[in-house]
Amino acid sequence: MRRAEFITAGILALLSIYLMWKSTELEIGYVSDEGPGGGAWPFWLAAIMLICTGVIAYNAIKKTSPPSQSKEPLLDGYGKKMLLLVGGGIFGFIALIDILSMYGAMFVFLIYYLKVLGRHTWRLTLTIAVLTPIIFFFFFEALMRITMPKGLPFLEPVFNYLNTIIY
Amino acid sequence: MMEVIGQLGDGVLMSLQPLNLALILIGVTLGLFIGAMPGLGSVNGVAILLPITFLVPPGSAIIFLAAIYYGAMYGGAISSITLGIPGASTAVATTFDGRPLAMQGKARLALVTAAIASFIGGTVANVLFTGFAPLLASVALSFGPPEIFALMLLAFATFVGLGGDDIPKTIFSICIGLVFAAVGFDEISGAPRLIFGDISGFLHGINFLVLAIGVYGIGEMLWTIDSTRGKITSTETKMSVKGAVEDAKYGMKKSWKGTTIGSFLGFFVGILPAAGATPGSLMAYGVSKLTSKTPEEFGKGHPEGVAAPEAANNSASTGSMLPMLTLGIPGSPTTAILLGGMVIWGLTPGPRLFTDQPEFVWGLIGSFYVSNFFALVVNLSFIPLFIWVLRMPFTILAAMIFVLSVVGGYAATRDMHDVWLMLGFGVGAYFLRKLDYPLAPAVLAIVLGPIAEPTLRQSLLLSSGDPSIFFTRPIAGPITVIAIVLILLPLLKVMFTKSKGNKPKDDGETLA
Repeated sequence: MRRAEFITAGILALLSIYLMWKSTELEIGYVSDEGPGGGAWPFWLAAIMLICTGVIAYNAIKKTSPPSQSKEPLLDGYGKKMLLLVGGGIFGFIALIDILSMYGAMFVFLIYYLKVLGRHTWRLTLTIAVLTPIIFFFFFEALMRITMPKGLPFLEPVFNYLNTIIY
Repeated sequence: MMEVIGQLGDGVLMSLQPLNLALILIGVTLGLFIGAMPGLGSVNGVAILLPITFLVPPGSAIIFLAAIYYGAMYGGAISSITLGIPGASTAVATTFDGRPLAMQGKARLALVTAAIASFIGGTVANVLFTGFAPLLASVALSFGPPEIFALMLLAFATFVGLGGDDIPKTIFSICIGLVFAAVGFDEISGAPRLIFGDISGFLHGINFLVLAIGVYGIGEMLWTIDSTRGKITSTETKMSVKGAVEDAKYGMKKSWKGTTIGSFLGFFVGILPAAGATPGSLMAYGVSKLTSKTPEEFGKGHPEGVAAPEAANNSASTGSMLPMLTLGIPGSPTTAILLGGMVIWGLTPGPRLFTDQPEFVWGLIGSFYVSNFFALVVNLSFIPLFIWVLRMPFTILAAMIFVLSVVGGYAATRDMHDVWLMLGFGVGAYFLRKLDYPLAPAVLAIVLGPIAEPTLRQSLLLSSGDPSIFFTRPIAGPITVIAIVLILLPLLKVMFTKSKGNKPKDDGETLA
């Protein structure tokens, strides 16, 4: 993990520099009669972040932090597979929202997660995957009046029909 | 004093209204599940469920969320004892003696002792809270911007000085949370600020829930799946009313001292922003062991080792509400999210709540007493059910959490940009957590940022840019000095151990 500690510190240092640069779009000094400028607060915080990443990297070289002493990789085989399958699954879920609506994407995600990753029976998978979006739909759209994304136009008739039930 | 009792009475009556009582029962039960589920703690539950509370009035919403918080403190013990893995970080210390008891076939004794100790801890804390809160709020009413900023500084300093995590990583976490809070518009000049890549989604700022759900919903679940490798097993527990009563008597006889220590210690540790229930319970365990006549029995299944941390974590959860309600500074990550919720509901957290919104404040305080009682009842009656649910495959639970996170992330701002941002935060949080970056400070910072920045700027405007204003005012001065000492404390410790010729040791174990 020592290498990961080092690389992460580097990435976070770059982020800090970017934040400092971005903060200078506003005044970072003291404006008379107005107090510190709008950029001062994020600028100096980002500067502290940059110093911290320096210390983190120094500790990694000196091997004083626990991750820099660890010989284990940041992501072992299981970790990589997990991140790809689970993280990728959530990525797919969010990407599908604009196409299949929140509820459609939820249905697909639950089938993927319960059947492909969880290896549950079809009966259990379908029960949960069908019931969850229905419960969420009535909870959010009917009870809380929060409208979730409805996806592409081809789903319009479905939601028009569902809306006749709740309104 | 009579006035306080009268207001408390009104508050208790308010929390017994049908809607509030129903929310307390649902909240406590949900909290028990959330606390018992490995990988989910009160903070996850409150963060994920906050978006659905917009349905009810703010007074009821916070009662519901506080009930979840309470229930989760009870629930953590269930999995610590029956599964041997803490249901939440607040119940880590409960595994030390709870698991050995369960392995000896005394799971019921451990569960009952935990429940009763939790109840006593909660009750002691509620009484202390009721006494201290109005007093502290009346003092805090005279606070100006320098005092409030000094308090913010103190809140962050406690993370650095007492958090027990890697210092530069803690400071980094605080600062990045504050910078995220600065995204959107500069309040004073009205100019857009930190609009990354000129993406319009950043114009409305980064909602704290997007970060909180990302960190606690997605990041933490990824971490749990990775670290447990999906393997969780539980022990059998038989429950009967008669047996439970006998266990309750025996457990309390053996552990009244630990319960008392936990109840008081937990409350005061809970008030400190960085500390909260996790270190509170670990410290209570340590002190009980230290003062016990039979310290050698600790770790092998001593009821006191279960009672002390359980009393402390409940007590600390109430304690952490004290600075939230009276000063507007959260005492724990969970209360940070509650505080953010209060802002969304249109309330201004801080001492003025006591004079401007007495019904809200006293309704909440009254609900502590009611929630504490129902948490005990629900916990004791449904222990077998909770254990049955704990056997639910993790793949079902994880799927539901992810769905709730995505839906909750969208409901918070109704912008797909924020759902993507939440996923980014979640994956980032997973990696940072693996590298021992503490993430609670960032969540606390994104909530406190909108208070910290204006008070700093107003203070500096008052003093024409002279930072000595934080040292010369009678209340702000001592607070700033304590904050600076706390920040320097770890540095002094390192220098001290080095001068003795020892390598600095990682003491993260005690306070992590």
